[in-house]
Amino acid sequence: MELFWYIAIAIVLAIFFVLDGYDFGAGIVHLFFAKEEKDKEVITKSAGLFWDSNEVWLVAAGGMLFMAFPTFYASVFSGFYLPLIIVLWLIVFRAIGLEFRGQFKYQMWKDIWDKSFGVSSLLLALFFGIALGNIVRGVNLGIVDNGIAAHEGHYFFLPLWDSSFSPLTEHPGVVDWFTVLIGIISVVTLTIHGANWVILKTSASINNKLKGVIFKLNIALAVLTVLSLIVWQNVNPNALDNFADKPYLLVFPVVYLTGLVGLFFIKKIKKDSHAFLCSTLLILGGITSTLASLFPVILPSVNDVHEHLTIYNTSASEYGLSVALTWGILGFILIVVYMIIQKRLTSGKIDNMDYGH
Amino acid sequence: MEDMLFYDRLQFAFTITFHYIFPQLTMGLSLMIVYFKWKYLRNKIEKYNNAAKFFMKIFAVNFTMGVVTGIPMEFQFGTNWAKFSELTGGIIGQTLAMEGMFSFFLESSFLALFIFGEKLMGQKLHFLTGLFVFIGSWASGWFILATNAWMQHPVGHEVLENGKFVLDNFSELFTNPWLIPAFLHNQMASVVTSAFVVASIGAFYILRNKQTEYGKLFLKTGVVFGLISSLLVAFPTGDWNAKNVAKYQPGTFAAMEGIFETEHAGAEIVLIGQPNMLEKKLDNKIAVPNILSFLTYQDWDRQIAGMDQFEAEELPDNIPALYYSYHIMVGLGTIFIGVMFVALFFLWRKKLFTMKPLLWTIMFLVPFPYIANITGWYTAELGRQPYLVYGLLKTSDGISPTVSSGNTLFTLLGFVALYMLLGLLFLVLVGKTINEGPKHQTH
Repeated sequence: MELFWYIAIAIVLAIFFVLDGYDFGAGIVHLFFAKEEKDKEVITKSAGLFWDSNEVWLVAAGGMLFMAFPTFYASVFSGFYLPLIIVLWLIVFRAIGLEFRGQFKYQMWKDIWDKSFGVSSLLLALFFGIALGNIVRGVNLGIVDNGIAAHEGHYFFLPLWDSSFSPLTEHPGVVDWFTVLIGIISVVTLTIHGANWVILKTSASINNKLKGVIFKLNIALAVLTVLSLIVWQNVNPNALDNFADKPYLLVFPVVYLTGLVGLFFIKKIKKDSHAFLCSTLLILGGITSTLASLFPVILPSVNDVHEHLTIYNTSASEYGLSVALTWGILGFILIVVYMIIQKRLTSGKIDNMDYGH
Repeated sequence: MEDMLFYDRLQFAFTITFHYIFPQLTMGLSLMIVYFKWKYLRNKIEKYNNAAKFFMKIFAVNFTMGVVTGIPMEFQFGTNWAKFSELTGGIIGQTLAMEGMFSFFLESSFLALFIFGEKLMGQKLHFLTGLFVFIGSWASGWFILATNAWMQHPVGHEVLENGKFVLDNFSELFTNPWLIPAFLHNQMASVVTSAFVVASIGAFYILRNKQTEYGKLFLKTGVVFGLISSLLVAFPTGDWNAKNVAKYQPGTFAAMEGIFETEHAGAEIVLIGQPNMLEKKLDNKIAVPNILSFLTYQDWDRQIAGMDQFEAEELPDNIPALYYSYHIMVGLGTIFIGVMFVALFFLWRKKLFTMKPLLWTIMFLVPFPYIANITGWYTAELGRQPYLVYGLLKTSDGISPTVSSGNTLFTLLGFVALYMLLGLLFLVLVGKTINEGPKHQTH
């Protein structure tokens, strides 16, 4: 039952990153590449029409996590207190940037909200990557100092950074050179994904240029991926053991590689939706590979006093999990139906769709 | 330690107060939008359709604000109330996850369809999408109230040795005797807010003599919805809730009514007075004898336990705030009934649209249902103190053990700044929409 909910939450989270990922990416593309007002407007629209229904997945993932793994929810949310609250603020800034931009016709007004949308999209992509990096690296569970724990073994607290910025210290911070590396990978991935989305959904004048950008970013991503694997081995020598033990898990890295390789042919790909599919695979593969490498651990401990948090030592009762299964399946079917209806209604290019005024 | 609890509570109070400005409007307004759309389907008068679309625009702004201020609420269970989440997540996680899955998805998907899909879908389907938005927003209220009802009157669980609450009967969460009265009371109160907003916009249009045709429609509809809902808020739903408090949280009942000493026979109802915690009495009291006993038990002489019958630690920790919240809510609710009754009377005599003083009154009353709704929630939440889960888990035992008060104060200040900005933008935007009016959008 724990396993079922773990997989369900992983799926919901992966869907969230694929969906909200493209509007984060659209924000980054908007920030760096959109120069003309018309492009800015359609890119804003390509995110603005969808962001709220995409972020619903985050709320759903949060709710499911709370229900199925309350101890993990409590541990991680209080331990990563500051970065999480900052993420909340960024989500707000992004949302108001999108929603308020079109309300007045003044250039200054638009400029403010363009920056708000773009910068917070960029920072969110970075922070989500850093968060993933933190999960992979692990934390000092129980805040152990010289072998003595200050708290129960599932509680911790991370400052934003430790002055060494190293993942290998006894009390690592949220931001260190390893997590920043993962953050950059996340930014690059989502920029590619967002650019694909813009190409798919709009007729912006920069679309052709964006294909070149995707190609270059993809090279960078390949390099960064290799680099991160080397560093990861350094931070945690057992990082890839799971794949050796259970070779079928290798399907996830293969998904990632398929996306990565596919995107090298971006200029030859005829259908924009195929390119978008490639970056979708990239995100799905990236997240699932990371989770698979840790499984069944969901938050490693960096000290020897406390054991890792796993899906088994943080879950709710068996009865609760099975009851939730009944309504969860019903809910999931409903959600898929809503999504299909919504996607059909907004299929194709969105340039002429009414939004924000 | 004390500091941590204080700042955690302050931050939650601030963020939930700000958040609840928005859902209380959207829940009620969605019902009125469904009404306008339904009228249009019946009589095909364009005015009603425009009214529905106009209010859906206002709904959408409020919904966005509700989403961006609502996500921090879900997060804060984990960030600031980690121990509470850990111990009770197996129970309230159920209802909160169901809210996300059933209502939030429904509401947000169909809202987009309602706004963008009228031409594509045709009128009947458009009405249906509006109906689903309504169902989604009320379902959301249902799950949140189910969560709160469990905290007020915990049922269907078992407490393990390590202090964890484990679900052992799922359906009891929804047959909780606290839930239905609280849900109905809350939903009716949110209809009051939306009715006042609709009526107030109507009064504004009539007074400024522009789009008066819509002004009259909004005012008329607002007054009818307003009177019915303010009556239902008081009776039977309010009455029902008060009886529940008397039954399940007797100490809270004494505190909110301001009864310091138990009387020998029937208890009086306090209308005005200031709790004096030093001398344990009410200053400057105006009260009517025996009414409280009658209202609560339909028995003029029934004794009601005063605060002197309870241990200090069993009573809410902020009695004056609880007392004022409750009395402000009840006082305002009474005023709403009065004003709406008068307005309906003059509507019937066909004089309302020309009665300037009454129109001004209705227009300026609009903040007060918001205050009544929020003080109502304060009554519920302050009344439950010092517990998070009534009688079982103290509020002080629910906070995150590792988040220091300095960090919480930092984020609280950030929320204050951000929400002030949000509030300002919200007012500008809603003001602009109201100023343009419904005619603006008939292309």
